[in-house]
Amino acid sequence: MKGMISIDPERCKGCALCIEFCPKKSIVISDRLNMKGYFIATFVDGKECTGCATCAVMCPEVAIEVMKT
Amino acid sequence: MRCHVSRSGYRGDENLKKLMSGNAALGEAAVLSGCSCYFGYPITPQNELTEYMAKRMNELGRVFIQSESEIAAINMVLGASVAGARAMTSSSSPGMSLKQEGISYLAADELPAVIVDMVRGGPGMGNISPAQSDYLQATRGGGHGDYKTIVLAPGSVQELTKVVPLAFDLADRYRNPVVILGDGMLGQMMEPVDFDNVQPPKEYPKDYILTGAKGRPSRMIRSLLFDTKEEEEHNWKLVRKYQRMEQNEVRYETFLTDDAEMIVIAYGIGARIAKGAIKRLRQENLKVGMVRPITAWPFPAAVLQEFARTVHEFFVFEMSAGQLIEDVKLALNGRGHIHFYGRPGGIIPTPVELYRIIGRHYYMASRREQS
Amino acid sequence: MTKVYTRPGTIKEAHFHYCPGCGHGIINRLLMEVIEEMGLREKAICVAPAGCGMLVYNYFDIDTLESAHGRGAAVATGIKRVRPDNLVFSYQGDGDLAAIGTAEGFHAANRGESITVIFVNNGVYGMTGGQMAPTTLTDQVTTTTPDGRNPIIAGYPVRICEVFSMLDGTTYLERVTVNKPAAVAKTKKAIKKAFQCQLDGKGFSLVEILSPCPTNWKMGPIESCRWIDDVMTKQFPLGVVKDIK
Repeated sequence: MKGMISIDPERCKGCALCIEFCPKKSIVISDRLNMKGYFIATFVDGKECTGCATCAVMCPEVAIEVMKT
Repeated sequence: MRCHVSRSGYRGDENLKKLMSGNAALGEAAVLSGCSCYFGYPITPQNELTEYMAKRMNELGRVFIQSESEIAAINMVLGASVAGARAMTSSSSPGMSLKQEGISYLAADELPAVIVDMVRGGPGMGNISPAQSDYLQATRGGGHGDYKTIVLAPGSVQELTKVVPLAFDLADRYRNPVVILGDGMLGQMMEPVDFDNVQPPKEYPKDYILTGAKGRPSRMIRSLLFDTKEEEEHNWKLVRKYQRMEQNEVRYETFLTDDAEMIVIAYGIGARIAKGAIKRLRQENLKVGMVRPITAWPFPAAVLQEFARTVHEFFVFEMSAGQLIEDVKLALNGRGHIHFYGRPGGIIPTPVELYRIIGRHYYMASRREQS
Repeated sequence: MTKVYTRPGTIKEAHFHYCPGCGHGIINRLLMEVIEEMGLREKAICVAPAGCGMLVYNYFDIDTLESAHGRGAAVATGIKRVRPDNLVFSYQGDGDLAAIGTAEGFHAANRGESITVIFVNNGVYGMTGGQMAPTTLTDQVTTTTPDGRNPIIAGYPVRICEVFSMLDGTTYLERVTVNKPAAVAKTKKAIKKAFQCQLDGKGFSLVEILSPCPTNWKMGPIESCRWIDDVMTKQFPLGVVKDIK
């Protein structure tokens, strides 16, 4: 696994831009609601992440942190 | 006495008086008060001030912009003020109407600024002859929200050298916009003037200005307060400031009031005309005096209430259809008889004309006393 | 594992109030990334507008002033003239700049003020609920053009970059967007270039950013991004409109 992301559940508004543009299609809208009542995006365990940070670049809420080996 | 000085030139020896227009003298007084930014837009009857500043501010390497509108000018003042500069703009009635939004923001953001209004005949396009028909706009505030501005009403070109430095000082002391309420006559007439007693500007702490967050946390200045409690507390804070102004900043002049049986209330050029009338009346032993507000706001109510204990006749004279009279009525609150003579923008009343009218009211009042 | 991407230090803790998929959020972040990367946090002064973008002072950890609606370019002029060494930029929406603030923007540009205008064009008045803006497209439905914008009675969408390019005072004008990763990268580059233009004292710079507004366009965030490419850029072509060296 070359990369990893963490999505701040309380900042995410479920806009799904990260999902749309993730080259590995590794993020999905979960069925978890945050305090504001949004279904938040989450990284699918076992899916691939290259640490390319496209998700973070597209996130309008500055909710995503990206790590890379 | 030096001969005529060109409209926008200030030359001459230090010890001699200079013959200057009110507009030009106001500009020089502002320069001497540390005004480092001027933003103006052409409008008669205050053009000589804008022209004077164009020349003088460039000479001194200070900021001068002829803006695209009075709205832009007042917002440039706001920007310069928030950046820490002493900033001024000037206009006349129609332009002053355009600045009201900006003045409300200056008050809400608690920013110092000096705004000059050389009033002309209105409403609408009006004409360019002097008038005093913007009194309520200036003293009540033509913008939105509970805000106040100190309003200074100079009565002569020489008095500008006191009022202008005072305006800048009060603006900085209270962090609030200050309005100088002149009129077309004061702006354009020429009188000998000296600047000998203009003191160097006092420094005031500028711990609120925006300079870039270097070595300190970032600052934000805003007047949108979504939190209703915050909004109300902010308003009460401003009200407390205005109450301090009302307690400490009232200024007025009295003229022949010691034995007066009738007191005229007039300000600015109106007071000049009234003085001429009163001198004539006094030659005929009519005991008439005058109270001349120098601050139109805060209004000198207390001194009128004091006089009302001994004097029963008050005569309001203004170059409008009746605006100053509202403050006089509020101040006297039913006491005494309030006579009124006002002429709206257009023709300038003469001292002789006023002398006859005051004389008639004085005579009627004394007949009423006897009956 | 090393962190390759995190929230820039120049963004405050507060959560953004923007709607899901709103372009303001991306633009806010880009601005603060650029200011952090160019080491401008201690020099930057932002003039915030009235509109969706007005709460940037809750997000930008730089000196920020809220201006009256439309007056940002005039306020920024006043600040810059007093503090020429600071980086002064106004953040304005299409109502703020292209409607009520046109004169102020136009004349700041014409004077060649060394300020930068970040012009967020999302084709509607967002904060007030989706009314027509000067940049609303012909036939576009908004709450005040319920049958679609009819140019005969409501005029045509204004191309600010092209209009301002006619003014000799303007130095750098570019139209970009934030509807996909490549475009976001271009927007970041344009912001850097605009700030550099100001720092070099070369005159007026403006970056017009086509920004998705899902709520008022009545589309999803992804559909909004596509709509920018498919429809909006026809009226508002992307690219450098002016770049005086």
